[in-house]
Amino acid sequence: MSVFSFKRSIGGLLLVLPLVLFLGLVFFAPLAGMLGLSILDKELREVLPRTVATLEHWDGGGTPPDSAYEAVVRDLFDARQTKTAGMAARRVGYHDNGLRSVITGTARALPKNISGVADWKETLVAADQSWASSGIWQAIYRSSGPVSDFFLLSAIDLRRDATGAMHRANNEGLYVNVLLRTFVIALTVTLICLLLALPTAELLASAGATASSLLMLVLLLPLWTSVLVRSAAWLVILQTNGVVNQALMKLQLIAEPLALVYNRTGVLIALTHILLPYAVLPLYGVMKSLPKNQMLAASSLGAGPVEAFFRIYLPQIAPGVSAAGLLVFILALGYYITPLLLGGAGDQLLPFYIAYNTTQSINWGLASALGSILLVATVLLYFAYVRLVGVERIGLG
Amino acid sequence: MRKQLAIISLVAAAIALPGAATARDLTVVSWGGIFQDAQREVYFDPFKKESGLALAEDSWDGGIGTLRSKFQAGDANNWDVIEVESEEIAVGCEEGLFEQLDMSKLGGMERYLPGTASECGVPANIFSIVIAYDGDKLADGPKNWADFWDVKKFPGKRALRSGPKMNLEFALMADGVLPGEVYETLRTPEGVDRAFAKLDQLKPNIVWWTAGNQPMQLLGSGEVAMTSSYHTRIGAANTSDKRNFKLLWQGSMFNVDSWVVMKGSPNVDAAYKLLDFMGRPEIQAKWPEKLGGGVAVVEAQKMLPPELAERLPTAPENQKVALSLDAEFWVANIDKLNERFAAWAAQ
Repeated sequence: MSVFSFKRSIGGLLLVLPLVLFLGLVFFAPLAGMLGLSILDKELREVLPRTVATLEHWDGGGTPPDSAYEAVVRDLFDARQTKTAGMAARRVGYHDNGLRSVITGTARALPKNISGVADWKETLVAADQSWASSGIWQAIYRSSGPVSDFFLLSAIDLRRDATGAMHRANNEGLYVNVLLRTFVIALTVTLICLLLALPTAELLASAGATASSLLMLVLLLPLWTSVLVRSAAWLVILQTNGVVNQALMKLQLIAEPLALVYNRTGVLIALTHILLPYAVLPLYGVMKSLPKNQMLAASSLGAGPVEAFFRIYLPQIAPGVSAAGLLVFILALGYYITPLLLGGAGDQLLPFYIAYNTTQSINWGLASALGSILLVATVLLYFAYVRLVGVERIGLG
Repeated sequence: MRKQLAIISLVAAAIALPGAATARDLTVVSWGGIFQDAQREVYFDPFKKESGLALAEDSWDGGIGTLRSKFQAGDANNWDVIEVESEEIAVGCEEGLFEQLDMSKLGGMERYLPGTASECGVPANIFSIVIAYDGDKLADGPKNWADFWDVKKFPGKRALRSGPKMNLEFALMADGVLPGEVYETLRTPEGVDRAFAKLDQLKPNIVWWTAGNQPMQLLGSGEVAMTSSYHTRIGAANTSDKRNFKLLWQGSMFNVDSWVVMKGSPNVDAAYKLLDFMGRPEIQAKWPEKLGGGVAVVEAQKMLPPELAERLPTAPENQKVALSLDAEFWVANIDKLNERFAAWAAQ
């Protein structure tokens, strides 16, 4: 390598450096932080340091060592001064909601002065009877961190019992169902988009220059409008007394208004509309690059239109179909505001539950775990897909 | 280069200086928008004028997490007096985020309606969640939550706020539980099951709302026949959109927002002055006419014109048929019930 080209490649590196830094700071670092939050479990360790240290030598069965009673009294006494008992109670509550009040109640009921306490166990049990049984001790033992799979398991509706064995959580399969629903809705939107995009892209690719640019403008115009505005507009159009229902009733096609919003139908219609351009553009790119006379050649060699389509046309546009499908599918997985406005309670995607746990219930561990599961599931699906069709079969033309 | 250095050090000094300054102005934090505009007119500006003290403002959207991080910021915390909702005062008080108030400096406990003031805060605003319907479409409207559930007698959809909070209470009242026994019932597992079973009956007809302005849109467009709503929104829709929306105090949920003082605030004395000023009856009496929010100062109630007073959540006949939100119950059970509600709603 000559000095000149070396200098040039250094210059090139310097040019992309801002981009690398930017991606590192605003993309990879938060991503790593999020993945980390889903396994970090330090709340109890911070509020009840002595207790956690004492229980480290416990095997988790039967009653805890005698020193643990003193540790709890001292920790909760301190927590009362620093007013952090609520945080410990919250974490224990994730394990078992009924035990939440044991922590706050004990912190409140402890004596004003603990310097003269002789029998720690008696003092603790006097503050709350629950300390005499093993339930609360196991809850603390299982929740003491500093790293745990608790949040990740919660995100797929699993939890560990006292012995550490995994079993189904008592929440009717909430998050697994949400994950499945997210994939089903994204897949449905992808299929509808592809069905609509194929003829649209063909029309765009085969139309004359003026018509084509006009059609392209119609297609791209909505893309320049905020998603929020488009979702809200669909609400107005699809509601019970909206334009669609009124038109259909005027035409006497229906007697009763159709339920088009606050259900799955509304979500599918709006998501399809919002994501359609992302399906059309890759297909258009591929179709535009195909020589027009191929189909003519096929029919001159005796293939009917159907055979020519399946044997000549479809294999050549397949990379575009793959790219369009993948793009729409992955974008659809992350939609939040559209299902929120147009869907019912049973049509919310995983991002809704991530947002809920981030801002409303302040359970960042669970929010991060849900995010991580979505990320991992998406990446796995992507690789499975690439494996199936081959990476060279995904292209923009 | 030297010039640049000089500029940089000047900027650095400018950033560092306010931190070094000992006193900052008293800062009051509320919920922004027209709500805070009204508070500024009624409370903040007159306070500045009378006391001669400087008063800075900020706004927030609630959330105990925000208060926790402000508290943990220590000296960097710039909030003093904050308006919080009932659950935030319950949790924050337990976690020691707020100053313990000396009520003798604030006119004593008896200045306020019973149960509205506590060691951590004094009442700021009273609002209710009520049943609302369109008086033009339903001449003979619903009378209670049982009617709200009765889709044969009153055909059409219903809108409720997404989430278990208050809906479980409404469901139990619809099922015949007296307001006074609702929380007693909800504290048993059978009571929670009963509430969910009752919600199940209405489920096919429910549209869930999330933002406070949605109920009026849903009602206005005819999407739903009845909805739960903040009572203040109904008056606003009737005035601004020339509507004839009616509201029902029977079975309404009574909510109290409170003013709290952030623990460790360097402006505690000024904060007491502000709280005392806002709690004065003659000042409080100006609040309801702005947005229809209720006041919790006993003497202020007596100063209100009767036709205004009877439209507030605090009017005796309205309060008699209402239920007060039990913040303690929701603090202890919100996580579990939210999960159950989400699973139930998705079925």
